[in-house]
Amino acid sequence: MKKYKKPSLFLLVICMFILPFLLNSYWLDVLTLVLFYVVLTQGLNIVVGYTGLLDLGYAAFFAVGAYTTAILMTTFHWSFWLTLPVAFLFAAIAGVIIGTPTLRLRSDYLAIVTLGFGEIVKILATNLEITGSASGIYGIPRPAIGSYIMASQKDFYFLILIVAIISIIAVYRLGHSRIGRAWVYIREDEDAAEAMGINRIKLKLLSYATGAVIGSFAGSIFAVKMSAIAPLSFSFLQSVMILLAVVLGGLGSIPGVVIGAALVIILPELLRGVEDWRYLIFGVSLVIMMIFRPQGIWPTKNNTEDVDDIETEDPNQSISISK
Amino acid sequence: MEIFFQVLIDGLVIGAFYSLIALGYTMVYGIIKLLNFAHGDLYMIGAFVGFTLLSLFTGDGGVNTGILGLGVVFIGTMIIVGFLGMGIERIAYRPLLLAPRLSILITAIGVSLSLEYSSMIGWGASYKVYPIKLPNDGIQLLGTQISFAQMGMIVLSALLMLGLRLFIDKTIYGKAMRAIALDQTACSLMGVNVHRIIALTFFIGAFLAAGAGIMSGIYYGTINFLMGFTIGLKAFTAAVLGGIGNITGAMLGGLVLGILEAFGTFYMGGSWKDVLAFGILILFLVFKPTGILGAKEMERM
Repeated sequence: MKKYKKPSLFLLVICMFILPFLLNSYWLDVLTLVLFYVVLTQGLNIVVGYTGLLDLGYAAFFAVGAYTTAILMTTFHWSFWLTLPVAFLFAAIAGVIIGTPTLRLRSDYLAIVTLGFGEIVKILATNLEITGSASGIYGIPRPAIGSYIMASQKDFYFLILIVAIISIIAVYRLGHSRIGRAWVYIREDEDAAEAMGINRIKLKLLSYATGAVIGSFAGSIFAVKMSAIAPLSFSFLQSVMILLAVVLGGLGSIPGVVIGAALVIILPELLRGVEDWRYLIFGVSLVIMMIFRPQGIWPTKNNTEDVDDIETEDPNQSISISK
Repeated sequence: MEIFFQVLIDGLVIGAFYSLIALGYTMVYGIIKLLNFAHGDLYMIGAFVGFTLLSLFTGDGGVNTGILGLGVVFIGTMIIVGFLGMGIERIAYRPLLLAPRLSILITAIGVSLSLEYSSMIGWGASYKVYPIKLPNDGIQLLGTQISFAQMGMIVLSALLMLGLRLFIDKTIYGKAMRAIALDQTACSLMGVNVHRIIALTFFIGAFLAAGAGIMSGIYYGTINFLMGFTIGLKAFTAAVLGGIGNITGAMLGGLVLGILEAFGTFYMGGSWKDVLAFGILILFLVFKPTGILGAKEMERM
């Protein structure tokens, strides 16, 4: 199996580059959305999957990226590419701001604090003058490469595809680095990790910040693709959908969360006509998933990310930080 | 000064709703350390079941429902939703009692989504106007108009909370609950049917939340399938404020939050009141996670 892994991955990437020429614009849009979710889920995967910190306000980082780019491009007429580092910086700061007070909290408190932060960001976006209040920001200019202005559907598809690939590689490399192993260690047993000399606080903050930067990357591209953004796109439900994709696919598993992202976006498209049912179906599937297959559709097979542990008998010995 | 009392009364009524919901959070948390995200949605279901019962009760839309009819609707709704709460515990949470925290939290989010969107399918996505209109008359007190409805809600909430306090302090079931909160394993060794007591806890939590649901339906006049989300979060804030796991704390926390929010809304405008509540939540979790009345639980986190 293993020797086919690289060629098949390569083939998949080639297919992804050819696909837009074969699809109609409707499915191209759906696929673009899937790729946005792939980027977002990779970011959340670092926080929830690797480090085991449940974040219910992840859409806030998506919002930070989108609004930073939107404001800099409309009010200050920056180039899109220049707004990216600023968006990353703001997102990292936001990640640290959210992370710092939650460091000492147990996982369930952590969940609710991140949820509260997510709501606060949404309320700020709805009420502040600079973010265009409830109607949001519109007329965001298109990004340009040299003299070529990216405007077509395909342009944005390729842009987000490249970002998705970069983020997957980055998250994969991070997961297999010293930092990634430390994150998993913190997830598995925080006290033991600390006893082994892992700087718990620094690494948790790093996890938040990295996740935030990836989320904001998706947000920045979202802003220029849509050319209009409104607070509604960054609601709690958005955070839940991203989390759902990560959980369905398999916490900490890169191919898993890619599949999860695809499922979460494509399934509702296939279920058109019974649209009202989709969140109900998602809710029920979350419950069923947790009861019968908590490790997700495509769990990690890595030794360091022990799947069996998720079914541990002792509630205190968990992947959460509930010690 | 009149305005001060007016705002205070408003805050008390809303605070009473928060308290009733916060009780469910705090009891469930106290007994099995589960943050029941779906709890706010039980409040919403309560409002909707009450809406349906009220509409059924009197064919003309419930406008002429007397006090007796209203009482029947209240009790009926609270019992129905109570059993729903028990059912949720049985289906979704019991299989996961020994699972990691993260799994059970995610399950709770799933339950919350399921409840919200099944009631959207069942009752529709639009706002429903509550089929009852309470008379506006009341009494003048300290220069403030207090309607009988407001008084009734405060009194009813107080009675429910008093009843709960007595139930937990005086009955054998209450004793069992307190015991399970201390040591679940020891309880089962002593012959306490742990699962039954946990189910009872969920029943009571849902029962109280449903009561708050109907009352808020009557008080605000309209209900919606998403109404449980924000208020659930705020009730959780109230529970944390009072000290999670502490019954009296939840009551107190709800009232304090209701009053703070009423004054916050009055001075800063309605659009910032949610920020105020979540801000309080975050500040408390960071600086005093045990809350105002919380036990001094030494926990290595």
